[in-house]
Amino acid sequence: MTLLEGLTPVAPTGLFPLAWLMIAIPLVSAGLLLLLGKVANSFGHYIGTLAPIASFVVAVALFADLLGRPDAQRAVSVPLYTWIKTGSWTINVGLLIDPLSILFALLVTGVGSLIHVYSIGYMAHDPGRRRFFAYLNLFIAAMLVLVLADNYAVLFVGWEGVGLASYLLISFWQHKPTAATAGKKAFVVNRVGDLGLTMAIFTMLAWFGSSSFEAVNAGASKMSPAWVTLLGLLLLVGACGKSAQVPLQSWLLDAMEGPTPVSALIHAATMVTAGVYLVVRSHAVYAETSTAALAVAIVGTVTLLAGAWIGTSKDDIKKVLAGSTMSQIGYMMLAAGIGPVAYPFAIFHLLTHGFFKANMFLGAGSVMHGMNDDVNMRHYGGLSKVMKITYYTFLMGYLAIIGTPFFSGFYSKDSIIEAAWEKQPVLGALALIAAGITAFYMTRLMFMTFWSRKRWQAGVHPHESPAVMWVPLVLLAIPSVIAGMVMNAWIAGWLAPAVNGEVPANASWLPSITPVSLVTLVVIIAGVGIAYLIFGRTAIPESVPWTRNVFTIIGRHDLYGDAFNEAVFMKPGEALTRGVVALDTGVVDGAVRGSSALTLGLGGGLRKLQNGYVRSYGLTMIVGVVVLGLAFVIGRLV
Amino acid sequence: MTALLVPLVTGAAVAYWICGPIMVLAALGMILFRKAVYSALSLALVMINLAIIYASQDAPFLFVVQIIVYTGAVMMLFLFVVMLVGVDSRESMIEKIQGHTVASVLAAVGAFILLASFVGSSLVSGAVGLDKSNSEYGGNVQGLAALLFGKYVLAFEATSALLITAAVGAMVLAYAERLTPRLNQKARAKIRIEDYVTKGIHPGPRPSSGVYARHNAITSPALLPDGTVSQDSVSAVLVQRSGLADADALSAPTKKAFAALDTAQGPDEEEL
Amino acid sequence: MNPNFYVVLAAILFTIGIVGFLVRKNALVLFMSVELMLNACNLLLVSFSRVWGNLDGQVASFFVMVVAAAEVVVGLSIIVMIYRARHSANVDNENLLRY
Repeated sequence: MTLLEGLTPVAPTGLFPLAWLMIAIPLVSAGLLLLLGKVANSFGHYIGTLAPIASFVVAVALFADLLGRPDAQRAVSVPLYTWIKTGSWTINVGLLIDPLSILFALLVTGVGSLIHVYSIGYMAHDPGRRRFFAYLNLFIAAMLVLVLADNYAVLFVGWEGVGLASYLLISFWQHKPTAATAGKKAFVVNRVGDLGLTMAIFTMLAWFGSSSFEAVNAGASKMSPAWVTLLGLLLLVGACGKSAQVPLQSWLLDAMEGPTPVSALIHAATMVTAGVYLVVRSHAVYAETSTAALAVAIVGTVTLLAGAWIGTSKDDIKKVLAGSTMSQIGYMMLAAGIGPVAYPFAIFHLLTHGFFKANMFLGAGSVMHGMNDDVNMRHYGGLSKVMKITYYTFLMGYLAIIGTPFFSGFYSKDSIIEAAWEKQPVLGALALIAAGITAFYMTRLMFMTFWSRKRWQAGVHPHESPAVMWVPLVLLAIPSVIAGMVMNAWIAGWLAPAVNGEVPANASWLPSITPVSLVTLVVIIAGVGIAYLIFGRTAIPESVPWTRNVFTIIGRHDLYGDAFNEAVFMKPGEALTRGVVALDTGVVDGAVRGSSALTLGLGGGLRKLQNGYVRSYGLTMIVGVVVLGLAFVIGRLV
Repeated sequence: MTALLVPLVTGAAVAYWICGPIMVLAALGMILFRKAVYSALSLALVMINLAIIYASQDAPFLFVVQIIVYTGAVMMLFLFVVMLVGVDSRESMIEKIQGHTVASVLAAVGAFILLASFVGSSLVSGAVGLDKSNSEYGGNVQGLAALLFGKYVLAFEATSALLITAAVGAMVLAYAERLTPRLNQKARAKIRIEDYVTKGIHPGPRPSSGVYARHNAITSPALLPDGTVSQDSVSAVLVQRSGLADADALSAPTKKAFAALDTAQGPDEEEL
Repeated sequence: MNPNFYVVLAAILFTIGIVGFLVRKNALVLFMSVELMLNACNLLLVSFSRVWGNLDGQVASFFVMVVAAAEVVVGLSIIVMIYRARHSANVDNENLLRY
């Protein structure tokens, strides 16, 4: 395995100076859709769909260009303009197109375009469809800013932009109080993560005078150990907020209040992976500090177990998939924490996860569409016969996520488990167990939704979705199956220069048979088997069964994450606010009112002196003269 | 032999000890008299005594000016205004403001103590005397003139402006603009005839008082042609004060004289 | 003659003027008390001019007299106006500037 140096960016040539179009087109489209108003209600969704398709075309062109270049020239820097130049600080706005960012751009625009097409059908009966497409385009533009930025400050602009888009889209159905609250919760928890990222940017500015990737990559080795560890931890906090890792995970399940395309695009494929992107981009920092890297790995491990645990006990199909997303991103963080050897695997899993998770979410949306928007899996059952296309595409995604050999998830997840096992057997073992749990709850989902007997409610007539909805499903199912085989041989070599990774010597489309992979296979089969025993043989109850199983109870309550947040952060914060308000009204307002009352009282008393009689005024004057005279006397005597 | 004439008392001391108590008594009277005229006159007495003391202090010019200006002009002005404002009114001495009298007396006593002790304590040695200054320019008046038109000429000019302003101000303040046009004789005559027509008020003058053989005071009423007394012929004030003189008693001697003439002459004879 | 005597006399007159000003209710008597106070000051000025031996005190006294005359003119016309309006010279009646 050869370790390559990081890439030095080259000047833009050919199509690269137009790279900013990728961002501009969706942004302009979003603005148009919002400003044109009701006028654009009939054709807005078409404009909104064409925009990411255009960005995808540009991304493909740039990708083709990069493919044709030699390794050393694969990073292209497209400077746009100088943003802040003050004292010793310089922050420019520019784009960095290198192997890592182009993959993300392809994922965002490709999957995004398919989801836009799907949304035309899914949101057909919603009066706010135009606004929905505007927000989706806004999201695409912000996410592209995030992944294409060449410095952390512009990345942060994109970071905040996707946070805004997430908020707008989660609470899209504003009239629902649950949706509004969920949007607020997502935004607030994200803010906590943003604090970490801003502190990290400030640290970079303080140390290097610039937050560009070049400066940080060059200067990371010159920082003191304490500072570089702190920087790594701050970046981790930021990543946790955006990627819903423990301890900032409580918002992801509530975010399922948004429409299903939103869940597919933002909370499965793209936005929640921004944290992983951040960690991988900061590889130079994590290379210097093993403490922070270990922290990343631990956070990833804890989250992958927590997400799997939650997924086993939920009856809402979207919440199960959300728990699964949390868990898979935990895998990616684990890989990112392991080090240069596993960075390409993290990105690999990110890409494959993007495909199969978006596929499954859109499938779930199709199921909900057929079941009158009911999300409770206990009301599903037997849908494999009625919704065939949805069923088969969902099946592809299911097989990919549990890690069936030759499917895409198998290659990426197995690589991570192997790398974890090599680094630290404990982490590897936990990742292995979680793989089994993943198999268990995904099989449970399949049983409850597609394979068991019908438990449909009255008046529900499930039917297949229209073409505009199942075509994207098919188009996403194909990469779920073959992406692993296609990319396995190539991706590590492609990414290694950009992230200082190591190129594995023998990558190919054939799965590598190692002891770890065999054990993984056994664990997966065991998980599927247990799920079959519990859910496949006996009838699934239509209402939530009462259980004494501690694990189920904890899982049903989201591992008490909300309760913890409330007790540790919200209640003391509320008490502090109440105290400050009391201080304000009592002390500050009291002082103001007290001083005014004092003045009024004093004035009220003093005005009695003015009784209108000239003679008493004269008396006051004489008394004053006498007093002054006395003062003089005493002054001269003393 | 001036060396033997050692004065036991100086003229200034005499003036002081006579005028001083009179002044104090007059001042006390000024503030204690209830009638304003008495207060004004007491103040005039104070000022005259002051003039005498000025004279004894080698200030002859001020002595004269005090009498002419202060006593003669200012106090007379006060008396005129007292006349206008109410010469008869007696002021009530009931104090409405609580505790005012005591406080005033205390404040005044405090002021007295301050004044007497301060100003008195600043005197280091005795008086230098004004002999030199008075003879510097050949007299007190000339000395004052030299100062007025020399060192204090600016103050002098300003004071003259002040006087002019005061005079103009007084005229402005006392000026009352007519609200109605001034009635001339034609208008007055018209009003008089109108009143006669509408209210029956006689337009002419009233009858004057009666003239009798031995009595023609203004308390004597006149007799109307039918022999009755005319009530209009005597002022109502006099009627109230001293009553109408009895007309019959007044005309009794005339009647008696005519009766005597009648008996002497007989009723038929008409001698001139 | 020791000037202190004159000082005491002037102080007595001044004090009597103060008391008169504060105790009497007739506007004219009030004014007269003020005149008394002015005259007491005049006495003091003349005495001190003799103490220091120059005529400045007498000049000052002269000015005081002139100004007092002017003041009397204006003040009395004001009293006349007030009397015309209210038919009373009682200063206690003019107590509208009160709380």
